[in-house]
Amino acid sequence: MRIPVSALIGMILTAGFFAMAAFAPWIAPYGMAEIVGDVWQPRSAEHWLGTDNIGRDLLSRMIYGGRTTIVIATLATILSFTLGAFMGFTAAVIGGWIDQLMSRFVDLMMSIPTLIFALVVLSVMPVSMTVLILVMGLLDSTRVYRLSRAVAVDINVQDFVEAAKLRGEKRTWIIFREILPNALSPLVAELGLRFIFAVLFLSTLSFLGLGVQPPASDWGGMVKENKEGIVFGIGAALVPAAAIAALAISVNLVADWVLNRTSDLKGGRGG
Amino acid sequence: MADMLLDIRNLRIEATVYPPGEPAHDIIIVEDVSLTLEKGKVLGLIGESGAGKSTIGLSAMGYGRGGVRIAGGEVWLNGRDIMKGGMRGFRKLRGKEVTYVAQSAAAAFNPAKKLMEQITEAALAHGMASQKQAEARAVDLFTHLGLPDPNNFGSRYPHQVSGGQLQRAMTVMALVPEPDLIVFDEPTTALDVTTQIDVLAAIKRAIRDTGVAALYITHDLAVVAQVADEIMVLRGGRKVERNTAENIINNPQEEYTRALVSVRSIEHEEKKPTADPVLVARDISAAYGNAIQVLKDVSIEVHPGQTLAVVGESGSGKSTLARVITGLLPPFEGTVTFAGRTFSRALAKRSKEDLRELQMIYQMADTAMNPRQTVETIIGRPLDFYFGLKGRKKRERVMELLEEIEMGAEFLDRYPAELSGGQKQRVCIARALAAKPKLIICDEVTSALDPLVADGILKLLLRLQKAEDVAYLFITHDLATVKAIADSIAVMYQGSLVRYGPKTEVLTPPFDDYTDLLLSSVPEMKIGWLEEVLEHRTMESAGN
Repeated sequence: MRIPVSALIGMILTAGFFAMAAFAPWIAPYGMAEIVGDVWQPRSAEHWLGTDNIGRDLLSRMIYGGRTTIVIATLATILSFTLGAFMGFTAAVIGGWIDQLMSRFVDLMMSIPTLIFALVVLSVMPVSMTVLILVMGLLDSTRVYRLSRAVAVDINVQDFVEAAKLRGEKRTWIIFREILPNALSPLVAELGLRFIFAVLFLSTLSFLGLGVQPPASDWGGMVKENKEGIVFGIGAALVPAAAIAALAISVNLVADWVLNRTSDLKGGRGG
Repeated sequence: MADMLLDIRNLRIEATVYPPGEPAHDIIIVEDVSLTLEKGKVLGLIGESGAGKSTIGLSAMGYGRGGVRIAGGEVWLNGRDIMKGGMRGFRKLRGKEVTYVAQSAAAAFNPAKKLMEQITEAALAHGMASQKQAEARAVDLFTHLGLPDPNNFGSRYPHQVSGGQLQRAMTVMALVPEPDLIVFDEPTTALDVTTQIDVLAAIKRAIRDTGVAALYITHDLAVVAQVADEIMVLRGGRKVERNTAENIINNPQEEYTRALVSVRSIEHEEKKPTADPVLVARDISAAYGNAIQVLKDVSIEVHPGQTLAVVGESGSGKSTLARVITGLLPPFEGTVTFAGRTFSRALAKRSKEDLRELQMIYQMADTAMNPRQTVETIIGRPLDFYFGLKGRKKRERVMELLEEIEMGAEFLDRYPAELSGGQKQRVCIARALAAKPKLIICDEVTSALDPLVADGILKLLLRLQKAEDVAYLFITHDLATVKAIADSIAVMYQGSLVRYGPKTEVLTPPFDDYTDLLLSSVPEMKIGWLEEVLEHRTMESAGN
């Protein structure tokens, strides 16, 4: 099996970001909220990326911020996939009015712009990590629902599913043993894309002040904290912005490759 | 040899394959095949899937389909080597000197354009005729091939004509540029037998009257024997035997050819019903939605250890009958009684025992097995589900079943994609047997298989029937299969039973009109069969 260069680069970068998130306290040279110097110091040997708007080490905040961003995005993605895929498969297998009801409800949810919906909910709810994850995961699960339902409807009409129904199998068997293994490939490819979306969404929320609250850091919030510096020619805000882009691109490279490899339902040994 | 048209010498065709998890490599599709074809003659290319017959046929146009390339040998047409002409040479050749008739006319026609526009396209593109001339020729050919309303036929869209008509329209398309050679690639395979015979007759007439030469590709020896002067038998990309059609049918030299000729010659003695019927379906009427009624008052019985064959063309309602019996489609009228118990109409209300005793085998073994499960899981699931077998006991029983279907323990860990077509169908049979059913519904189980493989499956089914005393409800459109395995026969036409009874009775005259048409349409392994049937029909209609 040959892995294309682009996917390889994507994998290495993605692995790097996740390692950084996992080992943040050990690699970061300073504490997350520790004030270690003057405001917006330029790059130096002590502060590789300089300091931020109130004199904290930018590199350390980047590392801790990455951790927050990645953890929240990952948990939200897991939530949206578990919920969305399960509901989507169920709707496809049961069909009839239950499917209609669920699908129309999801249509309704999707007709409201996600950002506005999230802003409304977050402005009335106490902002905490749990609430953030729940809101992001629930909103995103509508997209996963649509995809899983479409994939499962295709699989559900195949003869082997009919054979299982004729055997008298329960719905749980049909969903988890007949449909899920065959729907995995397109879902895994989508997983990457939804994760990127979660990162971007979280960053947007934090930038608007409704996401992660200071002094905790995340990349979107750091852009917001340092954005005034740009008028003075200080690029501190560009560093987290670039990190968001780099993470998005590297995950995308991997997801693209997975999608290319498994864009059919032919099956075989693990695809 | 002044009248030599096509001369293929030592043809070698390769393709690059990309198996998952392995490095890409080249495989040989055709190796060292030579053939010659004189002007005005028809050569039949015959073999099972993977024999390379279509690939050889297309090489006469210098074309290799999807990643296939001509790696060696020469293709001479009209005295020149066509492989030397490059793209420009091919363009002059294709659609002018050589034309092509594809298997599925429905897929080959552009649904958005009228037939006439597509039929005259090649002649116009080569500047061989004006629009008017080409259309006149097409109308002439429509008449000749027996298409309805020839003057206006061309102004229809592909979806507005039947499958058989579309296939004839495609033959017209191939004939309009007045080619020297037509490549027919399984032109009648996708058609019902009653339609096939018309198309076959039309093709034969067209070939005879226009004097065009043809390569006729098919897997059905009985069909090619009706149109070809000579037949070449291929296997695995190599030539097995070439001879006149008469010699191939009556005096085959090679072992493989003999097997092909004697296919469908299973002898089966009809059994008399011995016990009460295991399945009684009474006065079944069913419909899809509220409007389209597909079954009208159908009543059948199947006796233990016996086979009822349900025959009919596509759309006759035979598969719907199976869906009603299994409970997938609740009928709006009629009852299904199984082993003395009345079955609930809907699947969801039937007991586990009801479900176990009635099993089903599908036409496409490919889609009837979960591609992500191993053979062991597939066969083992009914054992676990119905009998609660686990672990070692389950595995032992799976091995026993594998033995019964003439496969071994080495298949336990295989995935469906790693099995051949025949093996897949065998695994499906084992899965059905695992439930120890009283009745198995076989829905066109052999129609997707090569004749020799299908023969093996039928023999297996017969042997298993004896051993396990299981009854079959055998749905098929292939009368040769019916003759081979049935004890009783139900002939269906447009949702109704037109003839029903023990095999010998159903197959003995006097026939009703439809059964007569159906029976006489099945190609026989005999030269001159087509003429006999057509003559018989002309006489009959003259007599009426």
